[in-house]
Amino acid sequence: MKHIKTLNTKNLQNTVKKGGCGECQTSCQSACKTSCTVGNQSCESTK
Amino acid sequence: MSLVHRYRNNGYNIVLDINSGCIHVVDELVYEVIGLMDQGLEKEEIQNQLVSQYAEEEIRDALEECQELIDQQMLFTEDIYENAIEQFSENHETVVKALCLHIAHDCNLACRYCFAEEGEYHGHRELMTYETGKQALDFLIANSGSRRNLEVDFFGGEPLMNWKVVKDLVAYGRQQEKLHNKNFRFTITTNGVLLNDEMMEFANKEMGNVVLSVDGRKEVHDFMRPFPKGAGSYDLILPKFQKFAESRNQDKYYVRGTFTRHNLDFSKDVLHLADLGFKQISVEPVVAPDEADYAIRREDLPQIFEEYDALSREMIQREKEGKGFNFFHFMIDLTGGPCVYKRLSGCGSGTEYLAVTPWGDLYPCHQFVGEEKFLMGNVWDGIKTPEIQKDFRHCNVYTKEECKNCFARFYCSGGCAANSYNMHNTIHSTYEIGCELQRKRVECAIMIKAALADEN
Repeated sequence: MKHIKTLNTKNLQNTVKKGGCGECQTSCQSACKTSCTVGNQSCESTK
Repeated sequence: MSLVHRYRNNGYNIVLDINSGCIHVVDELVYEVIGLMDQGLEKEEIQNQLVSQYAEEEIRDALEECQELIDQQMLFTEDIYENAIEQFSENHETVVKALCLHIAHDCNLACRYCFAEEGEYHGHRELMTYETGKQALDFLIANSGSRRNLEVDFFGGEPLMNWKVVKDLVAYGRQQEKLHNKNFRFTITTNGVLLNDEMMEFANKEMGNVVLSVDGRKEVHDFMRPFPKGAGSYDLILPKFQKFAESRNQDKYYVRGTFTRHNLDFSKDVLHLADLGFKQISVEPVVAPDEADYAIRREDLPQIFEEYDALSREMIQREKEGKGFNFFHFMIDLTGGPCVYKRLSGCGSGTEYLAVTPWGDLYPCHQFVGEEKFLMGNVWDGIKTPEIQKDFRHCNVYTKEECKNCFARFYCSGGCAANSYNMHNTIHSTYEIGCELQRKRVECAIMIKAALADEN
């Protein structure tokens, strides 16, 4: 594409069917104890 | 409700397709085209509106490229998750998979911003016994259903004040995990005062993550994190933290600080930590009652935003020079990252994540400890207030009006329940200043990715 550069093609919608195993880390166990930062956690099943 | 979030930062025009999570870096023309599409304009109307500034063919090209992304569900994607998350919350068995063990309600520092009131949590000083801790691990195993990975954070107060119990509980956990086909992931959060070589060695063997509390520059750290008699703690803890981080190969740890109104120029604290050699850094805004002199105020936001921008630019520069470091709140995984359920259900407080007091009481998370109306039961008798658990389970971005139209809802998952409760007396709201900061951090995190992609 000439006008658009897409950084990622992963679509969140695809995780509706497969997601939810719950094995990933709880965000407050990593480094935030006073906020709720979830978007930066990694997925356990795609490691 | 808008389906895209457009913003400019550091010379980049960025379009986030909110519901797919796709991120597009676009030129000026497409930036305008998407803005007009977002207002509901038809292609012809967009042509007419832009024809005085751009060649007709260029506009047609831009529209075609946008259409291609729409067809691939990468632009103006609809939100299909609301029913999915409700069904998910309803149908999934609630299991407990993580405990914040308050191994010591006591502390050897007197940090000014401590939500735990120097370790006392509106209560009294007490250390957790081995028996109570053991029962907590048994409770976790018994309530974890089919989850294999179980997390236990040794928290306080200051957990190193009860080190022998920490070690004994790790040994007990290692023994039990084999019997029950579980995998314990232990972590510890410490101020470093009592930290010694033996502890480091043990933690390097047994702890999947260690969180080391340090606020940044010496004067900043010493002002907010003094000993009870007033002396600063920086000189004592800093060399130990440097050694600890090195011994963990600069991985699987965080130096974690808090910034307040007294150091709104906190990017200097982050960079100070980076200059000391730390590679894993987290510095969070304080959450405090309005009346506290160190609380972040709304009027501080412009300066904080500038600090986040300055920090982003510096991080890009350092990355390019091979001197990069991780900043927890700018981390964003564009290729993997959590599934939508994780993103919508949040930190799991009150459901899969619970805090345990030294005497075995259960609370929704470490920040609710001492709030009697949130007492959920104890590690011997289990959860006695399923209504609290249910309330937390049904607290997500779709139950909060403020979140429904927020572009960052898949990154913060509705924010911190304790922050909401402390500000508005309900877990079903948001902490607005926290939201503003979160949105800014997401924008910066994405911009950094755009800049680094530009480089490659």
